[in-house]
Amino acid sequence: MTVKISKTHNKSKVLMKDVYIDNLIERAKEDKRIVVLDADLMNSNGTIKFKKAFPDRGIDVGIQEANMIGMAAGLSATGKIPFTHTFSCFNARRALDQIYLAVSYNKLNVKIVGTDPGVLAAYNGGTHMPLEDVGMMRGIPTMKIIEPTDPVMLDYLIDQILQDYGPMYIRLQRKDAAEIYEKGSEFEIGKGVLVKDGTDLTIIASGIMVEEAIKASAILEGKNISARIVDLFTLKPVDAEIIIESAKKTGAILTAENHNVHNGLASAVSEVLVKNYPVPLEMIGIQDLFGEVGQVDYLMKRFELTAEDIVKKAEKLLARK
Amino acid sequence: MLTEEKKKEIKKFAKSIRLETMKELGNLGFGHIGGSMSIVELLAVLYGEVMNVDPKNPKMEDRDWLVVSKGHSGPAVYATLALKGFFDKELLKTLNKGGTDLPSHCDRNHTPGIDMSTGSLGQGISMALGIAMGNALDKRDNFVYAILGDGECQEGQVWEAFLYAGNHPMKNLIVFVDNNKQQLDGYTDDINSIGDIRTKIEDFGWFSQEVDGHNVEQIYEAIKRAQSSDKSSAIVLDTIKGKGCSFAEGVELNHHMKFKKEQMDEAIEVLLKEGDE
Repeated sequence: MTVKISKTHNKSKVLMKDVYIDNLIERAKEDKRIVVLDADLMNSNGTIKFKKAFPDRGIDVGIQEANMIGMAAGLSATGKIPFTHTFSCFNARRALDQIYLAVSYNKLNVKIVGTDPGVLAAYNGGTHMPLEDVGMMRGIPTMKIIEPTDPVMLDYLIDQILQDYGPMYIRLQRKDAAEIYEKGSEFEIGKGVLVKDGTDLTIIASGIMVEEAIKASAILEGKNISARIVDLFTLKPVDAEIIIESAKKTGAILTAENHNVHNGLASAVSEVLVKNYPVPLEMIGIQDLFGEVGQVDYLMKRFELTAEDIVKKAEKLLARK
Repeated sequence: MLTEEKKKEIKKFAKSIRLETMKELGNLGFGHIGGSMSIVELLAVLYGEVMNVDPKNPKMEDRDWLVVSKGHSGPAVYATLALKGFFDKELLKTLNKGGTDLPSHCDRNHTPGIDMSTGSLGQGISMALGIAMGNALDKRDNFVYAILGDGECQEGQVWEAFLYAGNHPMKNLIVFVDNNKQQLDGYTDDINSIGDIRTKIEDFGWFSQEVDGHNVEQIYEAIKRAQSSDKSSAIVLDTIKGKGCSFAEGVELNHHMKFKKEQMDEAIEVLLKEGDE
């Protein structure tokens, strides 16, 4: 697993949804098992391109998430690899019982793609803001959860997603994402990525919080605080090894997630630490609140997810060491 | 058309299924007797004549599939599968006991011949629809059957699937509704009536029929008509919950019952004394 970190972290020119669906279309030319389902968000999610390329394997079920997941389970039973799509709030929250029974309990191979996770639901507001999806999915045995960080990682992971038999929840930002990795980087589902080494604390982040962690680390450098950064893009199963190693090396852990601090990344990391190597830990994330409407940068400030918030929490954390 | 001989054979099979189901539940002393008894004739027609399945190769690729969406009817399905030779009849004695491969609700990962795990009502029709789509994509020449309860049709997901498969016909999909007119808490009409279910499904764009669910010939003929339809097909079965089990049939709260072994032995005696017609 070789990773090269981008020198700058500009927003990508390509959209995450395009990277994802273009790759899937390419593979679907050979792999007849791939079926794409969407619940009336094909134009938003970009899956419309797949439907145009493969009209019989691109299925818009309309606004019926429960039926979509059930259909996907049935398709998988016949050997297909169905990918279901809608906003995270609907793909996870709305169809939880179907994901549990029809897909997971049945030991079927369905990939559930939830778009606009957390504050990225932005202008759709609190009703659409999934801050609990990872928590729900973590409670389902055999479910894997990934949150690809940037276009390079997403593109690289498609192969592994196709090869990995079983239910998987993919938390996917649709739009441009901060470039974290350079082309040629390699990733492995289940393995955290060391973005930057450091000695005083480790920021373990996922999704859009990786960029904030990098920004925070630069501010912390100015205060003579050395932060190690881990991108924990696989939220289940978590990479216990890198979490324990980080605790041993830096003696303090700060988790950062675009999700409720309950039941998501913070909980997963805490579970590993209390069993193996307890160290002081603080949590950046939504503090058990409902979402709100607004632009992403407003929401990042409102829910204390910015680099500055990370810096403040890091200082508080270090005081506990 | 079924020959007289075939008709007799299916009826005999139905009686065997009924008896084995009663013995199976009798061993346990409680269980979902009502909804198991009401689908016995359907199971006898499906496994006795209609479905292309191989007990020695339950996962055969071009088999016909059955999704028992009303998963609590497991005991009747298990009796049918055991009689067909999918597994040893002795296994029926383990129903619901710790470590068994015959749980109260159908489980594809435990029981040979069970195509999908079910039990959370309303989900099986979507699974069956997906299976039908998968088979159609791979151009398999087979059918997918699903059995729904009438009470189950109170679930919204059922209507999502009826709507989708009405607008996007799946000619390899045949859905049965076991209209036994009762649910756990009482009569369906008193709790939340589903009304004229056949017409409702027809209004969703399906080829929808209604037959006597305890008449094997009517069930068979309806399936034959459904198989030749270009639409998704539904067959509403007019049934009696608890049918053929003397202490359960016609009783108001017969969805899940507790009973003494002697009670079941007596009911089995009553059934055995009945003629084959």
